[in-house]
Amino acid sequence: MSEVTLRKIVKRYDEVEAVRGIDLDIADHEFVVLVGPSGCGKSTTLRMIAGLEDITDGEIFIGGDVVNDVPPKDRDIAMVFQNYALYPHMTVEQNMSFGLRLKRYPKAEIRKRVDEAARILDIKELLTRKPKQLSGGQRQRVAMGRAIVRNPKVFLFDEPLSNLDAKLRVQMRTEIKKVHQQVRTTTVYVTHDQVEAMTLADRVVVMNNGIIEQVGTPQELYHRPKTRFVAGFIGSPAMNFIPCRMEEAGSGLSIRLSDQITLPVPPSQADRYRGHAKNGKLLLGLRPEHITEAGAHLEPGEVPFEASLEVTEPMGMETLVYFPINGTQVCGRVNPNAGARDGASLRMAANLNNMHLIDDASGQVI
Amino acid sequence: MTAVTASAAAASAGRRKYGSMSQDRQWALRWSYFFLTLFAIFFLLPPIYMLITSLKTSAEISAATNPWWVYRPTLDNYKELLTSNSYLTYFRNSAIVSVVVVTLTMLISVPAAFALARMKFWGSATLATGVFLTYLIPETLLFLPLFKMFAVFNEWTGIELINRWWVLLILYPTLTVPFCTWIMIGYFASIPKELDEAALIDGATWTQTLTKIFIPVALPGLIAATIFAFTVSWAQFLYPLAFTTSADQLVLPVGIITSLIKGDVFNWGQIMTGALLGAAPPLIIYAFLMDYYIAGLTAGATKG
Repeated sequence: MSEVTLRKIVKRYDEVEAVRGIDLDIADHEFVVLVGPSGCGKSTTLRMIAGLEDITDGEIFIGGDVVNDVPPKDRDIAMVFQNYALYPHMTVEQNMSFGLRLKRYPKAEIRKRVDEAARILDIKELLTRKPKQLSGGQRQRVAMGRAIVRNPKVFLFDEPLSNLDAKLRVQMRTEIKKVHQQVRTTTVYVTHDQVEAMTLADRVVVMNNGIIEQVGTPQELYHRPKTRFVAGFIGSPAMNFIPCRMEEAGSGLSIRLSDQITLPVPPSQADRYRGHAKNGKLLLGLRPEHITEAGAHLEPGEVPFEASLEVTEPMGMETLVYFPINGTQVCGRVNPNAGARDGASLRMAANLNNMHLIDDASGQVI
Repeated sequence: MTAVTASAAAASAGRRKYGSMSQDRQWALRWSYFFLTLFAIFFLLPPIYMLITSLKTSAEISAATNPWWVYRPTLDNYKELLTSNSYLTYFRNSAIVSVVVVTLTMLISVPAAFALARMKFWGSATLATGVFLTYLIPETLLFLPLFKMFAVFNEWTGIELINRWWVLLILYPTLTVPFCTWIMIGYFASIPKELDEAALIDGATWTQTLTKIFIPVALPGLIAATIFAFTVSWAQFLYPLAFTTSADQLVLPVGIITSLIKGDVFNWGQIMTGALLGAAPPLIIYAFLMDYYIAGLTAGATKG
C-alpha cells in the first residue's frame, strides 16, 4: 500500500510561489512522470514528497499517512538524483548498503539485497569499484541500486538521465522501465524531456507555472490535450498553432486561415465547435504528422491546399517541411519521396479529423 | 608537381609553427627553472647555514673562518642539547601543547564549519564572516588585553593563568580555530548538496552525515587544516614569550632563545642545533602528508 496523495500543496519562497496548490493522486505501483519547463515547480514538488523541502501549505500522504512533518528518513522513500550523488569515498557495494547499514540490518540480509539489486541492474562486477572508476551510465545504475536495496514505498527520480549523452539516455530509459516492471514500486519521476515522460509513464503530469495543466496517460495527453500549453509541450516537432477564424458555411462550419485558405470542418467535428462559431480569436492546432503531402485521392477529413516550402529537413524515414500560412511558420511531415525541395511548392493536405481548436484568450482547447 | 611543392611548403610551415611553439615552451621552462633555482637557493641557504653552524665548535664559530665550511665537524652541540633536561622539557611542552591544540582545534572547527556550511540557521552567514574577521585581527594586538584579562581573572578567582604552560592550550586555539573553521567551511561548501540529501534520505542523522560522509570526503582539507594548526602552535613565539617565564613552563622557540642567550653571550652552535631539531617535527609531518596537503590546497580549483 504505497499511494502518494497531494492535497492543495503550496510552496512559497519569500515572494515567489513555486507551487500553487496542486492536487494529485498516485496509485500503488504506478509510474507517474512530472514534466514541464524549468521553473514549473516539478522538482520542488518532488522534493516536498521527499521531505527535502518544507511544505508551505497543504498535505502530502504516503501510504495513507500524512507525512508533512515526517523527516525524509522516516518516509520510507528512496531518491535518485540528477548528479547521482554517490558517496565518492565508498565502493559501489558500500554506497548501495549505506542506508541499510545505518538501519542496522543483519549482514546476511544486506548481502542478499545488494546482490539482488546488482543482478537486476547488471552491475555485479562493479561492486568493489569506487564511483570515480565508473562511467555516467554505470553511476546512474548504482544510484538506482542504492534506491532498490532499500525496498522503499516510493521511488523518486529527479531528472536522472539529464547528465547522460543522448544515446545512453535512451538506453537507460529502457533500463528504468524494465526495473519498474520487475520491482513494481510506486515511482514519481521528474523530467523536462517530454519524450522521456511519454515513454516511461503510466500517467504524465504536465506542470507549468506551479500548477498542473493536465494529468493523463501519454495517449490522452497526445490526442486530447486540454490546454494550448499541453498541446504545444507534448509531441516533437511541436504542434502547429495557426491563427484562424470560424465561419458558418451553409449547414457546416469552415476555418479560414487566410484569404486564400479556407478549410471545411468535417461534420464529425463540427458539432463540438458550433457554439463557438462566433468567437473572435481562435488557434487551429494541428500536429505536423497531420499535415502531409496530398495523395491521389484524399482520406476522409483531409483538405488539400497549396504550400510554397521555405525549408525542408530530410530525416530519412520522413521529411519535415516548413512553410508560411498567413505569416505563421507551419511544419508538416511528408514522405521523403514526395518531391519536397527548398523553395518548391507542394500540394499538401491537412487532416482535420485530428484538429484542435484553441481559444487564444484562455489557452483552453475547445 | 605544383601540388606536391605546395603541400611540402605547407608541411614545412606546419613544422615551423610547431617548432616555434615548442621553442616558446622551452623558454618558459628555462625561465621557470631559473627562478625556481633562485628561490630554492634563497630559501634553503638559512637552514644550510644552520646545519653547518650546528656542526661547529664554539671556538671555530668565533674564529670567523669560512662560514660555509666545517673544518673540524663535531656532534657535541647535538649531544649536549639532547642530554640537557631543559631542552627536553621545552620539547615535551611544545609537543604536548601542539598535539592538544591540534586536537582541540579540529574538535571545535570541523563541527562548527559543518554547521555554518550546511545547517541554514538564522545568522549563519554573518557568523561565518565573523569567524573570518576574527582571524584578520593581528595577534600582536591581542596579547596585552589577554594579559590584563588573565590578571583580572586571577583577582576574582584566585586561579593563576600566567606562567603556566597549559594556558597556551586556551590561547592557541584563538588563532587556529577561526582559520581552520574558515578553510573547512570552504571544503564542506564544495561538497554537492545532493550528497547530504542522499544521506538524509538514506537515514543518516546530521552527526552521521558529518562523520561518515563529510569528513572522509573532505579529508584533504582536514589534513591541510591539521598541518596549519600544528605549524601555528609549534612555531608560536609571541604568546609563550609573553605568558610563560619560568624554565619548566617554556616551549621550544622561547626556550631556545631564553636559555641559550645569556646576557650578550650567544651560544650560536646550540641555538642553531636547537632550531634545527625544533624544525624537524613539522618537516617530518609535511613530508608524510605533502601529497594530501597539495591535493587539499588545489581542491575546488577544478571542481565546478
